[in-house]
Amino acid sequence: MAVVSLTIPVGKDDHTQGSAVAPVTLVEYGDYECPYCGSAYLIVKAIIKHFGSKLRFVFRNMPLNEMHPNAELAAEAAEAAGAQGKFWEMHDALYEHQLELGPDLVRMLARQFHLDVTRFEDDLVSRRYRDHVKHDFISGVRSGVAGTPTFFINGERYDGALDEESLTAKMQRKIDLSK
Amino acid sequence: MAALKPGTLAPSISLASTPDQRVGLSEFRGRPVILVFYPADWSPVCGDQLALYNELREEFAKFNAALLAISVDGVWCHLAFAQNRGYHFTLLSDFEPKGEIARQYGVYRDNDGFAERALFVVDNDGIIQWSFVSPVGVNPGADGILSALEALPRWPS
Repeated sequence: MAVVSLTIPVGKDDHTQGSAVAPVTLVEYGDYECPYCGSAYLIVKAIIKHFGSKLRFVFRNMPLNEMHPNAELAAEAAEAAGAQGKFWEMHDALYEHQLELGPDLVRMLARQFHLDVTRFEDDLVSRRYRDHVKHDFISGVRSGVAGTPTFFINGERYDGALDEESLTAKMQRKIDLSK
Repeated sequence: MAALKPGTLAPSISLASTPDQRVGLSEFRGRPVILVFYPADWSPVCGDQLALYNELREEFAKFNAALLAISVDGVWCHLAFAQNRGYHFTLLSDFEPKGEIARQYGVYRDNDGFAERALFVVDNDGIIQWSFVSPVGVNPGADGILSALEALPRWPS
């Protein structure tokens, strides 16, 4: 089967953690309300810890709104928090409170992270980040993402088992190859 | 059985969409049509695949394309499935004679009694311009559909 690649490379519009020169970049297309993404969140956390400075992690939005009625709100809330420098805090908290997603939760988290709550709420009401989320979604579709979560390792779609051991092994091979 | 190839005239379709309504392919002449054959309502991969197309309806609308999803499930099953998942497109029931339309498109699995996970893009004139058969357990996504729509000749609207 042909290798499926990321069509839009990681760039300045992306939320990244870790070094841009890290030997391995892991891109996730995720939905905050998708239970499989909830499980993957814990795997990714462990992987970030395992690889440390060797890894750059990137998250892109792919909310399936009809199936997950709070997914779009959650995605836009993370973007709005990102505009105030707290993307990863919001991203993590949303996954950690996946079963409570909704307007009350995002408002509570905005206060907890000491965001400018007026600005945060304005961004949500005006749907300021709707296009950004949509752009992520379409970039995923064009890269062959068919469901969430989907991971790309150094631009190549990962089609293996979704567990820490398999993902780690594949990423380690990429690091070994880059030496 | 091999899926019909690009350049072939799409076999006509007239299937029940609800207990008292039938939908035909000819109704969409003048618009591109995306035909999505899938094995069964409720199965996990089908659900994910159709959920993705449901989210992409604005993208498909940019090409003025209609989407028809076809399986051997009966209309009542389709109605419950569509309602449960919030689908905004038509599910057609290839129920009696069972799988007849899937057979005509070359995408029926005789041993299983259901259709392949197969995609066709039919142009404004009813000609198949693209087809793809995915392994039955693999969600084919939508990139192929969008590329096929982009490759269609543009007609002044």
